[in-house]
Amino acid sequence: MPPLAWHALMAFIVLNAILGLVAYVTLLERKFAARMQSRIGPYYVGRPHGWLQPIADALKLMLKEDVVPTAADRGVYNLAPIVFLVPCILIYATIPFAPDLGVADLNIGVLFFLAVSSLEIVGLFMGGWGSNNKYALLSAMRAVNQIISYDLPFIFAALVPVLLAGSLQMSTIVAAQQGLWFVAYPVFGQLAFVAFVVATLAAENRVPFDILEAESELVAGFRVEYSGMKFALIQLGEYAHMLGTSFLGALLFLGGWLGPGPAWLGPLWFLLKAVLVFLLVTWVRWSFVRIRVDQILAISWKVLLPASILLLFATGLWVATRGAGA
Amino acid sequence: MAVDARQIVEIGYGGSERLTMNMGPQHPSAHGVFRAVLTLEGETVVAVDAVIGYLHRCHEKLGETLTYVQYPSIASKTDYVAAMTSELAYVSAVEKLGTFEVPKRAQYLRVIAAELQRIASHCLWLGTWCMDMGGALGGGATVFLYCIRERELILDRFEELTGARLLYGFHQVGGTRYDVPAGWDAKVRETLDVIEQRIDEYEAMLEGNPFFLARARGVGVISRALAEEVGVSGPLIRGSGVSYDIRRAEPYSSYPDFDFRVPVETAGDCYARYRVRMVEFRESIKIVRQALDGLPAGPISSRPGVKSVGQIRVPKGEAYARIEGARGEVGCYLVSDGGPKPYRMKWRGASFSNLAVLPHIIPGHKVADVVAIMGSVDPVFGEVDR
Repeated sequence: MPPLAWHALMAFIVLNAILGLVAYVTLLERKFAARMQSRIGPYYVGRPHGWLQPIADALKLMLKEDVVPTAADRGVYNLAPIVFLVPCILIYATIPFAPDLGVADLNIGVLFFLAVSSLEIVGLFMGGWGSNNKYALLSAMRAVNQIISYDLPFIFAALVPVLLAGSLQMSTIVAAQQGLWFVAYPVFGQLAFVAFVVATLAAENRVPFDILEAESELVAGFRVEYSGMKFALIQLGEYAHMLGTSFLGALLFLGGWLGPGPAWLGPLWFLLKAVLVFLLVTWVRWSFVRIRVDQILAISWKVLLPASILLLFATGLWVATRGAGA
Repeated sequence: MAVDARQIVEIGYGGSERLTMNMGPQHPSAHGVFRAVLTLEGETVVAVDAVIGYLHRCHEKLGETLTYVQYPSIASKTDYVAAMTSELAYVSAVEKLGTFEVPKRAQYLRVIAAELQRIASHCLWLGTWCMDMGGALGGGATVFLYCIRERELILDRFEELTGARLLYGFHQVGGTRYDVPAGWDAKVRETLDVIEQRIDEYEAMLEGNPFFLARARGVGVISRALAEEVGVSGPLIRGSGVSYDIRRAEPYSSYPDFDFRVPVETAGDCYARYRVRMVEFRESIKIVRQALDGLPAGPISSRPGVKSVGQIRVPKGEAYARIEGARGEVGCYLVSDGGPKPYRMKWRGASFSNLAVLPHIIPGHKVADVVAIMGSVDPVFGEVDR
């Protein structure tokens, strides 16, 4: 098979697998949240555990009327969900799910991931601006503030494993964790993991940092005017982004596909670890209250950013004296 | 201190125009149908205009068309979250107007109902307030569902007592309508034990949470002077350092028989109001236990059962009765011309007076604080608009 066809085939498979996975991750979150809140969660569609709920939701959203507000900027409004969704799906391009199993294991894989994942802000802002709604506009303003503030600590935290492994290529980073996962790497790895999780929460707009959505003040934020399929695309993008970041976390800190058992179990280990990271984020989401926009910015600029820069410097010094991969 | 009805806060704002944003009457945090017109400079609220009246049902006029026998079961619809208190306020006013003796057993039953209602109402308040701060998709909803679970226990007890879960018709002029069913008192004690233990859990969950403290501390400060000027009552005025509780200031229904503490906090912020209510939970539990222990035997009403709707007649005159509801002073003013119906009736809703403080404390805060402050005031719009 020519390499181009191989990549295209892999892209097709990964795209569809991810879409299915994202749908079921929402079910997982709903069940998990229901457990925390002493509820049952989805139950009736696909008894007894609501197995068909994601499909029912998707069908419902597809069949719903697509309402465009009269005063909306139609072009921007219609384009925004797509602009939002594309980077959220594109981040999967450089994630290898096992050695040589992935769309493209670029030698700048981590950089590509971080760059593309920050692009979602464009779609967010377009949605908030194009809706011509004051709640959406406020939310878009908050989005720009927050994502700019948290992308930096997010990137710095993700660069610590890169320094430890000495490579931006994801498969090399996993290979460097053969002996010791970076989450267990004394001090540097652990601090970086904490910083990564906090920055992830903010970059994904999850409680306690979900001031964009903020349904108690801004109703639904930038997507308040979206309905039907466009709403479904935004929702899909949000969860795809969240799951993608969980995969990145599992890859950078939890040793990716490394695990006991035969090699073909690798992708399953990887998936399990990514779901664990996802559940960690969900756990935080359902236990905290939201914080205010000024407090969010203060946490980022006064604490998280200086701390992550310091951590990166310290890791650099450590690696310079010890040598990468040691 | 004289205060203007509308406060505007000037901030150093570099932007060119202000944004006027409607919050409500259709809004997730409107607590019913409250409409706040916010004037924003960026994220900061510089002025707020409160618009009420969306739930107006001519309740006071309705009170003039119904007899003293009929109205008590409608009275519960003013403050539907704490229905027992408004019923009690109305029958107390009628009892003042005429000369009706209330047997000791009925007085104790009224205290039990009122205090259980306070617990149920505070449960709903804690849940909705946390949801205002934490979102329906987040940690706030978790607290909300926990609180609803506890409120449900009390509603179950009320259902066993009166047959209704929300609007009870428990009180009548001269006493109460129902006596406690067999085995009820053991069930109530069990419920109180469960709730007492879970309140400890909530306190641990919320007060050990830096994000919660960051949202509640120093937000929406009502100074003592402002609280006295605007005339807030209940947990709001006690959170601002004034020890004022009608159960103490003007005791009714055998409250002097019970040993309880009136919590006072001096900070005046959302956190102080939260602390006051958390202590009130415990004090109410204490009162119910004492009332159950000391429940005297005897009749539950000084009047025979209902034979006709025009049965009660009171002499000409006027009376004002007030009681300490979950949200503050609930008062009922009646003017009688000697007939079977009041000539004029007027409610003093606690939420209505408490709401008046919002335009004074909201300006200067961020948009997110608006909902936190509003939730801490705990308005029920049935009582505001009547």
